[in-house]
Amino acid sequence: MKFMKFLMTGILFGIVLSKSEVISWYRIYEMFNFQSFHMFGIIGSAVVLGAIITQSIKKFDLKSIVGESIQFNPKVKSFWRYLLGGTFFGLGWAMTGACPGPMFVLVGHGASVFLLVITSAMFGTFLYGVLRKYLPH
Amino acid sequence: MELVEWIRQPWEWYVAGPMISVVMFLLLYFGKEFGVSGNLRTMCSIVGAGKVNEFFRFDWKGQVWNLVFVLGGLIGGYIAKTYLTASEAVGISEATIEQLKLLGIENPGATYLPASIFSWESLATPKYALMLVVGGALVGFGTRYAGGCTSGHAISGLSNLQWPSMVAVVGFFIGGLLMTHFILPYLLTV
Repeated sequence: MKFMKFLMTGILFGIVLSKSEVISWYRIYEMFNFQSFHMFGIIGSAVVLGAIITQSIKKFDLKSIVGESIQFNPKVKSFWRYLLGGTFFGLGWAMTGACPGPMFVLVGHGASVFLLVITSAMFGTFLYGVLRKYLPH
Repeated sequence: MELVEWIRQPWEWYVAGPMISVVMFLLLYFGKEFGVSGNLRTMCSIVGAGKVNEFFRFDWKGQVWNLVFVLGGLIGGYIAKTYLTASEAVGISEATIEQLKLLGIENPGATYLPASIFSWESLATPKYALMLVVGGALVGFGTRYAGGCTSGHAISGLSNLQWPSMVAVVGFFIGGLLMTHFILPYLLTV
């Protein structure tokens, strides 16, 4: 039962990404052509409200469900891995029209071919694991 | 019933964006951080990638909550499609529709995905098979190299005012713009 809250939150996440068309290849194509505000509005408003939430949690030391202080893990300081890794990610994002979250939502939405895309993404992750000692970080 | 009818319409950005922040907040409140791509590594570990590479040797049992979260995402996609969608049409702009027609896509925006590319049958067409397989691999490789995807960097990272996430998001756009403007037009029309 301890996983039920994550399942319910995930269901909410899946419904939001579906209903707002974020999982549509067309919306991603449109975003990278700057032909609509839709995707920028979604990401932008999520970040602005997210920043307010994050800063409030820190300022008021909000406690989690089990009564502990909520922790944020700072990202490791580096440059090249974020720029290069991000660029590879962006190439794939625009090609498949899906980032990792939407890939799963799309399967539920009926596009079962995304099971193949997820398998490829697992292979890509595996390839990173194999190559990482040779890559600039 | 009016509420259900309202939900069945497409959701505007100012509804969806804040709700994504709510999802992020709920996970923080549950003592976790919002980020989906870690699951790809977890799934590699579960199928035994740890036997060949030490990067996949970690105690993935602590990550099961996140797999449950994406399973929820999958169920949410099913619920939205089955019960909460009045129309399959996607409200993309006229400019986008015209541009995609020129690239040979039929009825752009009539359904969520261009059926010619995103179906099992498309695997018979090499360029579409390439888009699905190579595209997926690029997402998986890039997200782990960058240490996060759209949820982890663009939402969680930027919300926490992290510079590395800003750099990653700039990278996302460099890659996305290159693909959309230089590779896809060529790939779709060859």
